[in-house]
Amino acid sequence: MATGTEPPTTERHPRAGGVRAAGRAAIAAPHLRTDRWWLAPAATAAGLLAFVVYSTWRAFAGADYYAAPYVSPFYSPCLAENCEPMKGGPNWEIFGSWWGISPAIIILVFPLGFRLTCYYYRKAYYRGFWASPPACAVAEPHKKYTGETRFPLILQNIHRYFFYAAIPVAGILTYDTVLAFRDERYDWGHMGLGTLVFVVNIVLIWAYTLSCHSCRHIVGGKLKHFSRHPVRYRMWQFAGKLNARHMLLAWTSLASVALADLYVYLVASGVFEDPRFF
Amino acid sequence: MSGYEARFKVWRGDAHGGGLEDFRVEVNEGEVVLDIIHRLQATQAPDLAVRWNCKAGKCGSCSAEINGRPRLMCMTRMSVFTREETVTVTPLRAFPVVRDLVTDVGFNYRKAREVPAFVPPAGVGPGEYRMMQEDVDRSQEFRKCIECFLCQDTCHVVRDHEENKAAFAGPRFLMRIAELDMHPLDAAAESGVDRKRTAQDEHGLGYCNITKCCTEVCPEGIKITDNALIPLKERAVDRKYDPLVWLGSKIRRRSSAG
Amino acid sequence: MSVVERQGWDVVVVGAGGAGLRAAIEARERGARTAVICKSLFGKAHTVMAEGGIAAAMANANENDTWQVHFRDTMRGGKFLNQWRMAELHAQEAPDRVWELETWGALFDRTKDGRISQRNFGGHEYPRLAHVGDRTGLELIRTLQQRIVALQQEDFAATGDYESRLRVFQECTVTRVLKDGDRVSGVFGYERESGRFFVLEAPAVVIATGGIGKSFKVTSNSWEYTGDGHALALLAGAPLLNMEFVQFHPTGMVWPPSVKGILVTESVRGDGGVLRNSDGKRFMFDYVPDVFKEKYAETEDEADRWYEDPDHNRRPPELLPRDEVARAINTEVKEGRGSPHGGVFLDVSTRMPAEVIKRRLPSMYHQFKELADVDITAEAMEVGPTCHYVMGGIAVESDSAAARGVPGLYAAGEVAGGMHGSNRLGGNSLSDLLVFGRRAGWHAAEHARGSAATRPVVDDAQVDAAAEEALRPFSVSGENPYTLHQELQRTMNDLVGIIRRQGEMEQALQRLAELRVRAARAGVEGHRQFNPGWHLALDLRNMLLVSECVARAALERTESRGGHTREDFPGMDRAWRRVNLLCALAGDAVALSRETTAPIRPDLLALFEKEELVKYLAEEELYE
Repeated sequence: MATGTEPPTTERHPRAGGVRAAGRAAIAAPHLRTDRWWLAPAATAAGLLAFVVYSTWRAFAGADYYAAPYVSPFYSPCLAENCEPMKGGPNWEIFGSWWGISPAIIILVFPLGFRLTCYYYRKAYYRGFWASPPACAVAEPHKKYTGETRFPLILQNIHRYFFYAAIPVAGILTYDTVLAFRDERYDWGHMGLGTLVFVVNIVLIWAYTLSCHSCRHIVGGKLKHFSRHPVRYRMWQFAGKLNARHMLLAWTSLASVALADLYVYLVASGVFEDPRFF
Repeated sequence: MSGYEARFKVWRGDAHGGGLEDFRVEVNEGEVVLDIIHRLQATQAPDLAVRWNCKAGKCGSCSAEINGRPRLMCMTRMSVFTREETVTVTPLRAFPVVRDLVTDVGFNYRKAREVPAFVPPAGVGPGEYRMMQEDVDRSQEFRKCIECFLCQDTCHVVRDHEENKAAFAGPRFLMRIAELDMHPLDAAAESGVDRKRTAQDEHGLGYCNITKCCTEVCPEGIKITDNALIPLKERAVDRKYDPLVWLGSKIRRRSSAG
Repeated sequence: MSVVERQGWDVVVVGAGGAGLRAAIEARERGARTAVICKSLFGKAHTVMAEGGIAAAMANANENDTWQVHFRDTMRGGKFLNQWRMAELHAQEAPDRVWELETWGALFDRTKDGRISQRNFGGHEYPRLAHVGDRTGLELIRTLQQRIVALQQEDFAATGDYESRLRVFQECTVTRVLKDGDRVSGVFGYERESGRFFVLEAPAVVIATGGIGKSFKVTSNSWEYTGDGHALALLAGAPLLNMEFVQFHPTGMVWPPSVKGILVTESVRGDGGVLRNSDGKRFMFDYVPDVFKEKYAETEDEADRWYEDPDHNRRPPELLPRDEVARAINTEVKEGRGSPHGGVFLDVSTRMPAEVIKRRLPSMYHQFKELADVDITAEAMEVGPTCHYVMGGIAVESDSAAARGVPGLYAAGEVAGGMHGSNRLGGNSLSDLLVFGRRAGWHAAEHARGSAATRPVVDDAQVDAAAEEALRPFSVSGENPYTLHQELQRTMNDLVGIIRRQGEMEQALQRLAELRVRAARAGVEGHRQFNPGWHLALDLRNMLLVSECVARAALERTESRGGHTREDFPGMDRAWRRVNLLCALAGDAVALSRETTAPIRPDLLALFEKEELVKYLAEEELYE
């Protein structure tokens, strides 16, 4: 109309999707962040990758996983005939003699599934490996995105069943930790550096397991009226407190489980002897 | 501390095009980015379009992207930048631009309408509502939302994929569903609306891959992902992913397809 | 001239704060097709800034509370200048309005037995404010917004169109109320985004635009508060009432400069915060006026005991009505006992554990942390008075909220005058919005129904004139609207501010006259699409008109009462209690007239002790 002054038109660039979609502010750069946004996803990817490499090697090795009284958490419970015998330990030959490869594979499926579908690890690998997104307000490289609406990612919804499975696994690791108070001749009343490593590990494993979002939901989060379920309300509050540190617990328990395995490996392969406290 | 002259880059233009414009502008102690934008308006660019209102972080109007990060201009203090740093201010990049720093946030208002409203419980009159504090705590956290739409802006589901806007309500409105589903007296279920199921079937909860950018940018510090989105996903699982029910429906679909 | 888009509605509500939305909900529920127009985005109105709570005598916290007590507190707070029928309706209906919000999904903080929790506030005898932490205004506006969406969902189910019966025109400004003879016929406005003009034809218009704070330099108000509604009513021929009463909230932030004026909620004091001067003294004990002597503690011990045992102790003087506290702070600073940045100290850090502060005052904690780098759990805040609220406003009929003299025009909320007298109590504004918002919507809908057969007609000449007026800033030049605005703010702040003197106000009127001349030359660059310079140039007209009313009325009233303090007339004068000052437009000029109010109904007077009434009422009123 009467006063129409045309607005400035300076930058025109070939339009594409996402932040460059038609109608949005014409800015060619996929992002304008000036901080080191790539550091977090890079560190995450490096950390996860290191664990994957280490755990794959150890899981398929099928050796040096038992040094009485310590059993590597990767191999507990040990459920095939080819397991090293552990007196009083968690080895039951459920799978019999036909199982040829490392017995770790049988049991590792459960903790692996638990962590793979964990709400924190999902964030970590979606960002770190998939770059979906690499960081906040940094454009992702993918043309299409359907998130967790389709197979296979829709399977993430079964996280809670892995949580159920994680509880007996944590229970068995607790049993292992108790057994670590025996000495190499299976006499009670021992404590070595390995025992300490196992205690720290099991505390972190439990804290991580109970800080799980599914756990928080199941113990109380699903309720509409906390006031009618005071006990579950307190359990929910407890799970919530742990849940706020879910990321921290995910990493520390990941490190501690690898460390516990490494410790057993070093003792079993004779690199050093377990220092004994009493 | 005395004032200094800062370098600014401000995006100017409209839906047809535009670009970053350079400014040098005075900055004084204690000022926020919005003060500087206002100074530009008053001294160098009187028609610089910017949306703002309360200037105290309570209304959620002055959302923009500052050095590439979605933020409220009124809550971004100049002291977080060094004097040498160039401060770049652009409009929100997930929504169509109107002019300069103003974007068309109509997407959010459309989504707001698609979430079925609170359903009052039958037979409970005004003044008869009894709710315990512990039962309203969760929803109260979500009601702190000032609707700045920074979470909607940063969420890659729609920011990077325009085509997902139809199917995905975005963190703010998924949180609204969680708020209502956790409201101790909401009677949607009795009226035939299953908020847990519709969160996934109609509002696109499955698109969320819980990468937490919404939580990172929330100026109110609401734990959107941990307290709203994930609990909502778990509630949807209650309804839809009981494994036997799920397997059954898969098999049925397979056989009917084959 | 130009082709302007026209739409027909039954009721048009100007303003989408608490009052506007409540009016729109009521009008739509009563069957009127209703349009709401707001300058900001839907849900951003200044109501979100309200922190403390909604005053309503629900008696959840103290069972002795009744509407009569609330009425009494309101009248005392307003120094008996209140339109008493409004104060009565307000006190009676507020509880219903709050409970109704719960049925729309509001979640207030709860008492132990699950009812709505109520907190203490200045001037209220009992804990009376329904609240949600310190973000009650946000809860209110969101609840009303979501109620509107709920109604739109109903309409969608019935008609397939969300906006068939209730539509929000966001980011639009109304510049004129149009008339057919003496009746309202619609509004003229522009879309801020595109600059396009539009006309909404309607037999009933509700004005709910809030206040005028942006005419002052130090204010807690947002940019929207440019007195639009006041000016629209004036220009449409309706008078403004008692515009001299402007509330300066005692506690605004004073530092850093860019946030000067931003509110520090009164709940800080209600929950135990105390005011100290630079000597460390709790100075408010020295400022309890005679009319309040029996109600307030005389020692710090008694004041401190009150928080635990309010039935057997008197309340601390920090909780005096706002005008008293603001004047006291002003005096302390002027006499050299202020804080480094020209305020006084407001301290909660020594009185509550950090955890309690963070839980009860979360947004205050944040506001100071992020804007001033002050941790209020560890150190005192610096605060000083800030322009907060205008008690004066459009003169309305108490029951119907109808503006006097213009059939079809209604006003509710801050823009309406009378309800709060010379000073508003904290918490009474949110309840005011709800009570009179509803009444305005109700009567506007009735009026629209009554005019269905004889709908007023919009006059093309008026539309053309309005368009021409709105385009003027593009064809003139010479003055920068931003500069003019700053000069206006300085004039009002310095010359018609918290303490007023005859000479200064005369000077202010002279400057305002000059500014009006210069404002006619305020030109803008650029085009009409989202052009803030143009918007400001148009708002200047409103601010100047309203400021002149404030200054003229303040000069006329030769007494001090509530939000009007004259250095040259420091006392309250009982003869002035019955006098209302009406401000109207005569041609181009602002004209002032006096009016004697109707006597307070005897049954309401009987709620007070004779000794108290003697302080306020003239002899002849007492013995009538």
